[in-house]
Amino acid sequence: MDKIQEILKEQLRTDFPGFKTGDRIRVHVRVIEGDKERIQPFEGDVISIRGSASDKTFTVRKISSGVGVERIFNYNSPKIAKIDVVKEGKVRRAKLYYLRNLSGKAARIKDKNVQ
Amino acid sequence: MPGLLGKKLGMTSVFLPDGKSVPVTVIEAGPCPVYAIRTKEKDGYAAVQLGFGEKKEKRTAKAQLTVFSKSGLKPPGLLREFKNFNGDDYKIGDSISVEIFQEGDSVKVTGMSKGKGFQGVMRRHGFGGVGGTTHGQSDRLRAPGSIGSSSDPSKVFKGTKMAGRTGYERVTSGKLKVVKIIPEKNIIMVKGAVPGSINSFLEINK
Repeated sequence: MDKIQEILKEQLRTDFPGFKTGDRIRVHVRVIEGDKERIQPFEGDVISIRGSASDKTFTVRKISSGVGVERIFNYNSPKIAKIDVVKEGKVRRAKLYYLRNLSGKAARIKDKNVQ
Repeated sequence: MPGLLGKKLGMTSVFLPDGKSVPVTVIEAGPCPVYAIRTKEKDGYAAVQLGFGEKKEKRTAKAQLTVFSKSGLKPPGLLREFKNFNGDDYKIGDSISVEIFQEGDSVKVTGMSKGKGFQGVMRRHGFGGVGGTTHGQSDRLRAPGSIGSSSDPSKVFKGTKMAGRTGYERVTSGKLKVVKIIPEKNIIMVKGAVPGSINSFLEINK
């Protein structure tokens, strides 16, 4: 397995800011329409980060017009142009799947930098 | 259609230039020295014998050791003949590397599948099992059903599919696309799964 990871090293992404579960991030996704390419942002809370090295993925959840939308990204995907950390969250768990059962005010995540 | 020998390293996924993620099997293939050349005049068929890996000398048959000592090559872990190599282009001792393949090629990969042990007919032959558990029936969910007729013919025909040892047989996966080749590291990546466990030997045919 180590041999495989060594080969895949060159496709690992190291240009992203560090983000953790509970943070609100904006993922700039490259979308190809016909022969044109544009950037589409997807902003939401990181509810899960799993895997390591080349198999790492993260899940971003947002509420879009009242409906919960989750998107799983490959951390090393070249389709991600950029990631911005909007807000750092204060959470006690690594996986925030409980947010799926909450809505409205209860589904908020506390800001880490607000006392 | 040339071929090569290799070792399965495992599976992972890589990204194509357009951003698509592709599942691949990573194979360490070659460099394979030419151990022998079969010619139509001498052997009745044309082929090139390639070796891969290493084997301890004391584990090698003495007859083989004599053959290897003539060419000065080490005993290989796996020795296979490949047809359709142009035998005139090679001589004994030449090394063949992954560069005989190109990205985008379609290849066949042959290996010994993983052993599954003693398995029932559902897993081994894809039977459907027998019915449900109503009408007083029980313990029949995974049963093979009838295995033949009555007093005529009074026997079970040879070759009737039954439970037994499954796996560890020679399996070929075809039409696998070569996604990437790294000649410096003797690595070839093919799309999808190939037979066998990690570290098992494979034959790659174009």
